Amino acid sequence: MVTLDVNGKKHAVDVSPDTPLLYVLRNDLGLNGPKFGCGLGQCGTCTVLMDGRAVLSCMMTAAAVVGRKIVTLEGLGSLEKPHPLQQAFIAEQAAQCGYCANGMIMKSKELLDRTPDPSEVQIRSALAAHLCRCGTHNNIIRAVQQAAREMKS
Amino acid sequence: MTAPLLTRRQFGKSMVGIVVAFTFAPALTWSAEAELPGDLGVAPRLEAWLAIAPDGTVTIFTGKVEIGQGVLTALAQIAAEELDVALPAIRMISGQTGLTPNEGFTSGSQSMEKGGAALRFACAEARHILLDQAATRLAVPVTTLKAADGVVTAADGRQLSYGELASSGLFHRDATAKVAPKPPAEYKIVGTSVPRRDIPAKVTGGASYVQDLRLPGMVFGRIVRPPGPGAVLTTVDMEAARRLPGILAVVRDGSFLGVVALREEQAIRGREALLRSAKWRETTTLPDEGRIHAWLQAQPDEVAMVSEKRSATAPVVRRLTATFTKRYTAHASLAPSCAVAEMSEGKLRVWSHTQGVYPLRASLATVLKLDPEDIVVAHVEGSGCYGHNGADDAALDAALLARAVPGRPVKLQWMRDDEAAWEPFGSAMVMQLSADLSADNGIVDWQHELWSNIHSSRPGRVGGVNLLAAEHLAVPFAAAQGQSGGEDRNAVPLYDFPNQKIIRHLIRKMPLRTSALRTLGAYGNVFALESFLDEVAEAAGVDPVAYRLRYLSDPRARAVIELAAGKANWRPGVKSDGVRGRGFGFAMYKNLACYVACVADVSVNRQSGQVSVTRVVAAADAGQIINPQGLEMQIEGGVIQSTSWTLLEAVRFDRARVTSRDWESYPILHFPAVPKVEVHLIDRPDEPSLGGGEASTGPAAAAIANAVSHALGRRVRHLPLDPGWIKGAVL
Ligand code: FES
Ligand code: FES
Repeated sequence: MVTLDVNGKKHAVDVSPDTPLLYVLRNDLGLNGPKFGCGLGQCGTCTVLMDGRAVLSCMMTAAAVVGRKIVTLEGLGSLEKPHPLQQAFIAEQAAQCGYCANGMIMKSKELLDRTPDPSEVQIRSALAAHLCRCGTHNNIIRAVQQAAREMKS
Repeated sequence: MTAPLLTRRQFGKSMVGIVVAFTFAPALTWSAEAELPGDLGVAPRLEAWLAIAPDGTVTIFTGKVEIGQGVLTALAQIAAEELDVALPAIRMISGQTGLTPNEGFTSGSQSMEKGGAALRFACAEARHILLDQAATRLAVPVTTLKAADGVVTAADGRQLSYGELASSGLFHRDATAKVAPKPPAEYKIVGTSVPRRDIPAKVTGGASYVQDLRLPGMVFGRIVRPPGPGAVLTTVDMEAARRLPGILAVVRDGSFLGVVALREEQAIRGREALLRSAKWRETTTLPDEGRIHAWLQAQPDEVAMVSEKRSATAPVVRRLTATFTKRYTAHASLAPSCAVAEMSEGKLRVWSHTQGVYPLRASLATVLKLDPEDIVVAHVEGSGCYGHNGADDAALDAALLARAVPGRPVKLQWMRDDEAAWEPFGSAMVMQLSADLSADNGIVDWQHELWSNIHSSRPGRVGGVNLLAAEHLAVPFAAAQGQSGGEDRNAVPLYDFPNQKIIRHLIRKMPLRTSALRTLGAYGNVFALESFLDEVAEAAGVDPVAYRLRYLSDPRARAVIELAAGKANWRPGVKSDGVRGRGFGFAMYKNLACYVACVADVSVNRQSGQVSVTRVVAAADAGQIINPQGLEMQIEGGVIQSTSWTLLEAVRFDRARVTSRDWESYPILHFPAVPKVEVHLIDRPDEPSLGGGEASTGPAAAAIANAVSHALGRRVRHLPLDPGWIKGAVL
């Protein structure tokens, strides 16, 4: 039994402690935000926030995050009440297939929390380890810039 | 997520009897001579395409599926426009055998041309039928009625909604295509950038992908592929894997090996255990990667003259020749392929991100020896596919595992290396070009000869079932032959040269399995053709843009070239400083679809040999534009993907195995290296709508190569660009 703090709620899950966090989030908690892309720490699609820091959930075990606060895409906002980043991704249509969107949004959340007014170069380098195969990058940059403006005002 | 499958009967019930006794039976009256537009002929009954519920909800059935380019939004726009209903009233049901029309594959950028045209005529006719009904009920001439927002209004103000008008069986009739769709001047929804319908869920954690499908009692599967093509499984300790926690089944059939477990991580551990104990007999029959192009040219081939033109011309004073190459490239979808399958009482249900539910069903039926009627295949999105990736193969894998645990849905997820090593690749190619010039530097003869493997081996295409695991079974199915035709895509120049000869050599022997990757042979051919044309222009001492225009009579081609050159502020005769370069590229996709011209700006790092593409300006003419923002993103996405292919991408292999098995060994363009892209669209409301999903990759590659050649003062002829070669070139 492992107890995890996810999106502000405590969840006791009956899994082996070395289970990658990604599978606990997806399969035990039924969350869709964090995605499997490689399981190797190379693509960023599985990103979640751990105590506010963007981490790769495919590379962490459930045991390693006990006592930490995990936030997933679902914890940022919802269809009805989207977070400014989610709102900006919709407004800028920053998704083609959208499979990369989770990682892009979660990593950008970390960026904007630390750097409320990032330059384009800062956005690009923050997202450097996050892959997008559809070529949506420029829309994503615009979305992050728009969210930054929104969050400041 | 609408996971559980609907049948037409259930669907009919949910629509309160609007759809009854639906069948895909041949048309009652439609005759072969009266050709129906687009895909309408594949299901000529109106009810095959739409249904209207009493609450006014319009359900559109389409065989085209969402592959991450917004096609369902564009098709919904067309339907809403022709029907005169508001966009939110449209519900799309796409890609399910038995429920949606069989429109083959969602591929070749034809969804608007074929699927869109069918819906346009079907919906125009449906609207006409609804108005007729209203005229009868209100006892007024139909010409006095107006329709808007799903409501018909008479001159005296009386109203009837579509929901009230659409009685049972109203669309139970053949489409005639006799009702003219709206003239583009009246469009209110088509031609506008309505937001994609799928994005809000995707950015808030909604269930959007097959990976997000969760069915009651669902269990998890993984497969163990052979280490390389041709490897055969000799022994494996299945018992050791079975003893691991949670393992429900270990499946072996010949060299096909897989595992099913209660939990996902347990399936992964089972896979690892099998990988450790499996012994394979490997063959070292792959060609030398470093000499792949010479190997291709040395193989037995099927030669065809694709185009030949002869006419009398001025005498030839000189001849230029050059050879271009590209390597094997991968779709490299961000999500490895995934499928869910459930086998229950001899019936199979499959959820897949396939591009063609009907062809997949046919191939599954053959391999599994089932009646196609006992199989339902439903499309659920995966990540972007860019052509034929592992989607269909994963569907068979899932079905093979599901057989071992009847009654339980199995979610089969490929690991990264399954996708990286086993997806069907885009073929390596060799393009040999030559041009004969006259004394006035005109091209009097143009020759393009190419060598390539097949570019299409989708399920259902000629020869073999074309599903990977089928080739590994104890009683194997023959490997795919594939369908010829894609190799010479865009090899024939659109330019008017007085003489030309285009020859293709199809090499059937595939060292690595190849199939459709965005643009097929057009990427290699446009790169070669447009690079060589630049080379000839340079030799002729003429500005490359002017040289292109000199040979183009098609006004739409000229317009995109002029637009791209104008927007990028193209100036003839600019010398490079040895670091920065600028290049041009153009193509009309397939020589009959969307026109794209690109101007690329690059800078070359003379120490490292690295190229960065800083900016690409693209101009496109895709006929009538359904959704400008959607089209723009397709063009831009193609430019960025092409930048990645051109700068970085090659599938790596040794004599036995594919060795590029993850994102480190098969790198793609990273965020900091992505060019800024500007897209300019030409709308042609009176021209047919042409897909834009593939149109920009060839021109972008050529523009980048030409820009690097401009920067270096030496021609780039081999893709991907090789920093080592570039360093040598600047010495
Ligand atoms: S899935 Fe975690 S980095 Fe790719
Ligand atoms: S939108 Fe498809 S991977 Fe980024």
